Amino acid sequence: MYPSRFAYDAPTSVNEVIAILDRSNGEAKVLAGGQSLIPMLKLRFASPERIVDINNIDGLDYIRQDPDGSLRIGALVRHEDLEYSDLIAETQPTLAAAASLVADPLVRTRGTFVGSVCHADPQGDWAATMIALDGRVVAQGPSGRREIAMKDFVLGPFTNALAYNEVAVEAVIPPAKGTRKGSYLKLERRVGNFATASVAVALDMNGETVQRAGCALAGVGGKTIDANAEISAALVGKTLDAATIEAAADAVAGASDPRTDHRGSAAYKRQIVKTFVTRILTHIAQSEQKAA
Amino acid sequence: MTSLYEEIPTAPAADVPTRRVTITVNGEKRTLDIEPRLLLAHLIRQGLQLTGTHVGCDTTGCGACTVLLNGRPAKSCTVLAVQADGREVTTVEGLASAQQLDPIQEGFKEEHGLQCGFCTPGMMLAAKALLERNPNPTEDDVRWALSGNICRCTGYQNIVKAVLWAAETMREES
Amino acid sequence: MALDELKIGGMGASRRRVEDNRFIRGKGNYVDDIVLPGMLHMEILRSPVAHARIKSIDTTAAWEVPGVRLVMTGETLAARNLAWMPTLSYDTQAVMATDKVRFQGQEVAAVIADDPYIAKDALSRIVVEYEQLPAIVNPEQAASPEAPLVRDDKVNQDSNKIFDWEIGDKESTDRAFAEADVVSTIDLHYPRSHPSPLETCGSIADYDRATGKLTVYMTTQAPHIIRAAVAMVAELPEHMIRIVSPDLGGGFGNKVPVYPGYVIAILASILTEHPVKWVEDRSSNLISTGFGRDVYLQGQLALRKDGKILGMRMHTISDHGAFYADAQPTKFKIGLMHSTFAAYDVPAAHLTSEGWYTNKAPGGVAYRCSFRVTEAMFFQERMMHAAANDLGMDQAEFRRINLVKDDQFPYRTAFGFLTDSGQYGKCLDIALDAIGYANFKEEQEEARKRGKLLGIGISTMTEPLGAGNSREYDIIGIKMFDSAELRVHMTGKAILRTGAKTQGQGHETTWAQIVAHELGIPAEDIVVEEGDTDTAPFGMGTYASRSTPVAGAAVAMVARKIRAKARKIAAHLLEVSEEDIEWELGRFYVRGNQERGVTIQDCALAAYSNVPDGLEPGLENNAYYDPPNLTWPFAAYVCKVEVDPETGVWDVLKFVAVDDCGVRINPMIVEGQIMGGLTEAYAMASMQYITFDEEGNCIGSNFMDYLLPTAWETPGYELHEVVTPCPHHPIGAKGIGECATVGGPAAFVNAVMNAIEHTGVRNVDMPLMPNRVYEAVQTGRDVSGAPPVKGD
Repeated sequence: MYPSRFAYDAPTSVNEVIAILDRSNGEAKVLAGGQSLIPMLKLRFASPERIVDINNIDGLDYIRQDPDGSLRIGALVRHEDLEYSDLIAETQPTLAAAASLVADPLVRTRGTFVGSVCHADPQGDWAATMIALDGRVVAQGPSGRREIAMKDFVLGPFTNALAYNEVAVEAVIPPAKGTRKGSYLKLERRVGNFATASVAVALDMNGETVQRAGCALAGVGGKTIDANAEISAALVGKTLDAATIEAAADAVAGASDPRTDHRGSAAYKRQIVKTFVTRILTHIAQSEQKAA
Repeated sequence: MTSLYEEIPTAPAADVPTRRVTITVNGEKRTLDIEPRLLLAHLIRQGLQLTGTHVGCDTTGCGACTVLLNGRPAKSCTVLAVQADGREVTTVEGLASAQQLDPIQEGFKEEHGLQCGFCTPGMMLAAKALLERNPNPTEDDVRWALSGNICRCTGYQNIVKAVLWAAETMREES
Repeated sequence: MALDELKIGGMGASRRRVEDNRFIRGKGNYVDDIVLPGMLHMEILRSPVAHARIKSIDTTAAWEVPGVRLVMTGETLAARNLAWMPTLSYDTQAVMATDKVRFQGQEVAAVIADDPYIAKDALSRIVVEYEQLPAIVNPEQAASPEAPLVRDDKVNQDSNKIFDWEIGDKESTDRAFAEADVVSTIDLHYPRSHPSPLETCGSIADYDRATGKLTVYMTTQAPHIIRAAVAMVAELPEHMIRIVSPDLGGGFGNKVPVYPGYVIAILASILTEHPVKWVEDRSSNLISTGFGRDVYLQGQLALRKDGKILGMRMHTISDHGAFYADAQPTKFKIGLMHSTFAAYDVPAAHLTSEGWYTNKAPGGVAYRCSFRVTEAMFFQERMMHAAANDLGMDQAEFRRINLVKDDQFPYRTAFGFLTDSGQYGKCLDIALDAIGYANFKEEQEEARKRGKLLGIGISTMTEPLGAGNSREYDIIGIKMFDSAELRVHMTGKAILRTGAKTQGQGHETTWAQIVAHELGIPAEDIVVEEGDTDTAPFGMGTYASRSTPVAGAAVAMVARKIRAKARKIAAHLLEVSEEDIEWELGRFYVRGNQERGVTIQDCALAAYSNVPDGLEPGLENNAYYDPPNLTWPFAAYVCKVEVDPETGVWDVLKFVAVDDCGVRINPMIVEGQIMGGLTEAYAMASMQYITFDEEGNCIGSNFMDYLLPTAWETPGYELHEVVTPCPHHPIGAKGIGECATVGGPAAFVNAVMNAIEHTGVRNVDMPLMPNRVYEAVQTGRDVSGAPPVKGD
C-alpha cells in the first residue's frame, strides 16, 4: 500500500527524459498513466530508484491519421481518449471495441495506450490489438528515433525491447489495405478483472474478400499470442463463410497456449478463443451481407 | 499557516528529498512539500485532512478514493501526489457550496443511494463526471460509468436511481 | 387531533436518512479519519506461507529505520502472556505467531512508526526464516492419518477434529428413510467467502498512563463484547476500558471478532505511551479476518411419491481454519444450522456435524449469515431442487405441498424451533406470478430448440433472527438481550442510546421512528447514538439481523415506559385521575372530552417544572429486552436466467423478491437491505469466493482475485412485500438485514441448474463461473469447487 522511496523528475521535453534515463543506468522507470506502475510500486513489486514522469510534456496527446492512412497515437493518449474518439470509432473497429474493455472507466482516464503496450502484460488488451494490426512502437533515445515492430517489441512477460535510455513516444498502426473490419472480445467475470481469454481480430477487406487478416490473443499464454500466421493462412484471399470461419477459429485456438488455473482449464480457454473468433468473423460476415 | 514556531527534532530525519508542489484543491491553491512516493489519496486524507476521500483496497480495484483530477474521475490511490502539481483536484468536500448541496448529493439522499457511506464520495464524483459529459444518461450509461466504483451495501439499484434523479433535476434547472 | 404518523416520521414512513447528512458531505467519522495527538502507526508483517515452523526472526534492520518507535514479535507478546488469547468459541487463538505459523497471512511481527510509509519500510527489513510443513486446505486432508497436526499447541488435541455435534431424532429419521418411496441425495460445497466491507478493520488504541484508562476506537459491530474481551485478555479493569465504535463502512459480520491487530495495537500503545493506529489493508483483511461459509453438505430427503417429505438427513463438515474463533451462541457448535427446513413441514430430521482445523484463516461465522443460516438455507433449497427433479415434480408444486400452512402456526420444527407466523404460500404465489412462471415451461422448451438455455430457480425459506432468548442463547456466557435508554428533554426533544451498532442499516433514522410511533415525538426531534461503551447501555451488538428484533424491541419498550410516566404527569396537569386519561399519537386527553388534553411536549416540560407529589422529576428510562423467541421472516426469491452454452456465461433476465419481514419501520430502508443482500447473493453465486492451492496459498486475497460485482454485472430486482406481523415483538417487526443473503444464492444457482438440467447435471458448486458451467454442460457431470485448486 505504500511505495518505497524513489527520486522523481517531471521533465517538460522528451530530450530531457532521455537524458535522465541515460544517466540513470537502467535504474529509472518512466511514468505515464501510472495505472500499471503505481500498483506495482504500492505492493513493492517494483522499487525503482527514480521515476521520470512524462505527463508534463506538451504535444504527446494526439490521435491522428496521416495522409497515407497510418494511425499515430501519442504517448500521452489515455484509454478513454480512444474510447471517445470519433476517428477511432469510424476507422479502427478493433481498437474501438477494445477501448471500452480496458480496465474500468476510472483507470481509463489516466492509463495510456503506449504505456500499456510498454508494460508488456500478457493480459494486456492493447498489446493484442497491436499484434493483430501489425503495429509498431516508436522509440526515441540519445541517437534519435527508431520503429520497433510490435512482434519484436515484447520480449517476455513485462519485458519490452526498449533500451534503458529510450522512451516510447508513439504507437503506429499501418494503413488499412481495404476496408478495415474487426473486433475485440474479452471474457471477464466482471469489469476490470483479469481476462480468462481475449481475442483481437483485424481484417482488411476488399469487398467480400479478405486482403489482410490479423489475430492476437491475451490471457491464454505466458505472453500475447501472435496468431497472425494462422488466421492469414485460413482467410487471406478468401471470403468469410462457415467453412473458412471454422478453419480460422480452429487454427487460432491451436495457436493459444493457455494454462489451467482457477479461471478454467486449458481446454476451456482454448474453446473460448475458438468461440470468440467464430463470433467476430460471423458478425463481420453478416454485416458484409447486410451492406451488400 | 503560523510562523510562531517550528520544532527541530533532536535526531534529524534522514535526508529525505521532498518536492514543492502547488495543487488547487476544491478551488483553493495549496502549496506543500511532499515526498514523491506519497499517494494523492494520502495527501488528501492526512496532509490536507480532507477525510471524505476513502481508501478501500490496495489493488486499484474499488474506487472509494475517486476524486476529480482536472475534471476527470481518477483513483487517487493510483496517482502520486506530485503528479497533481499545477492541476485541479475536486474532492467530495468540494461538491456542496456554503448555500446548497450539489443535486447529486441531494439525489443520493432522496433515493437512498447510500447505506454505510464509504463508497459514496467516490460514487458521487464519478457520477458528476458522467453527468458533465452526458446530461441525459440511460440506466445502462450510469451502470457503465460507475463500473469502477464498488459498493457492498446498496446493490447499486438505488445509486442508479439517485444519479438519474440528479440528472433530471439538473436538466430541469438549466 | 392525533398526529399524522407518516408526517412525523413514525412507523411506515420512508423517512430520508439522518446519517446521509454527513456522509454525502464526506463528513463521516470512520476510524481512519480519527487523528489523536502524538498518534503512531502500526503495520503488521504477515506470514507468506501457510504452515511452517518459525526458525528465527531478525528485526535488527527494522529498528534502524528512522521514525521507527517499536518492533514487536511473538516474543514481545509472550513475555506478557499475550501471545495467545481466548476465542468466542472457547478455543485459543494466536495473537502473534511464536512457534509456528498456521495459515498464510498470520501475524508474525509488527512495526510502530511515525507514519505507515516508514512502518512498511521497516517491515520489509524484517527477516524471518521459515521451515515449511505440508499445508492442509480442506477437511478431507485434515482427517487423513498422514496429516500434520495444525494445533500441536493444544494439550489433548491429537487430531485436527474440533467437534462432533448432532441434533434431532436419528431413529425416527431412519424409519422415515426406510419407508420412503424415493431418497434424494445431494452433496455440495458452500465455498469460503468473505464479507469484505468496503472499509477494512482497524483501531486506534490509546492507553493513558496518567488515568489508567484505555480508549480504543475500533471498527466493531459489538463494542460491549469487545470491552468484555479486552478486560479478559489485557487484564485491565472493565470500568477503565472504553470502546468507541464510530461510523463503520460496512460490517456484514466481518467486524465482530476480536482480531490480533486490535490486541497488538493495545499493547503497543501501552509500551510506547502513545496512541497507536492500526488500519489493515485490503489484502490483510481478505487473507486473515473473519470469513464465512466453507462447509460441505451431504444431504438426503426421504420422499413419498406424492411429494411429501417424510424425513431429512443432513451431515455437514465445516472448515474453521487454524483456530475455532466463530462468534456464535455457545450452545451450538455449528450455529443455527438446525434451522434448516424450518419453512417446511418435515416430521423427522437428524443433523450431524463435524468441524475441522486447517491451515487457513480462522472463522466461518460471518458474512450476513445469521449464524450459519446462509448455509442452512442454501443446503435446504438445493436439496429441495434436487428432490423435486428426482420426483419428476414441478419445483413450485413440490414446495407448496411441503411448506408450513398458515393454519399450522405456531409450528414446532423437528429440531425444536418454534415458528410463529407467516403466509408462505401467498409469498410464493406472488413471486411466481411476477416472474411469469405459468408459461415458462413452454418458453424454456422453445428457447432450447434455438440453442438458448433459459432457467428459473426458486428459493423459499424462513430464517431465525433476533438471537436470542436467555434460556438458550449466550456468547461466552453473556446473554443475548439488548437495550435502549431514552431521555426526553424539557422541550420535548430526546436522545436515544442503544446497545446495537449500525453499520449502514440506518439506526439513527429508524430507531427514532419507533419512538415517534410510541410517543408522538417527531422523529427529527430525536437524536440516536450508538457505539460508545461509556455512554451506551449494554448490548450484544448488531449482527445476525438481531437489531430490529431485539434492540428495536427495547426501543419500543423504553418509549412505553416513558409514556407510562408521562401519563401520570398528564393526569396531574389535567387534574383528573389516571384512569380517565386516553392516549392518541402525541397527546393525552380526558376521556369523553377529547378537546381537553396535553401534548407529550407539555408533559416533558412538566417533568422538569411541575411533577405531581411523590413522582420523581425527569423523563427518562431504560429497557433491557430479553426476546421471548426468535423471529421468523419469510422470503420467496425467484430468478430467471439465460445461459450461453458456448461460453458458460449466464445472465439474469429477471429477479423477483417477495419478503415478509413483518411490520416495516422504514420501507425504503427495508428495500435497501434486501437489494444489498441480493447482490451479495449474486456475488457468491456468480464470481466471489476464496480458495487455496495445494501449498495453502490463498487465492482471493485481493480484489484482482476476490471478485465483487460492479453496477454493470449486478442485476436489477423487482421487490414485493407481504406483511405478517410478529406476534411476540412489541411492534410486530421481524428483521430483514440478512434474509436476501441467506435465501438469495439458491435462487440463482437453482435457475442455472434448471437451465442446464437436460444435461443431467445435479450440481455445480458456487461460484458458478463460466468455466464451471461450461464444463457441466459439456460433460453432464457435477462440478465441484472445493480446494485445492489445481494448476498446470
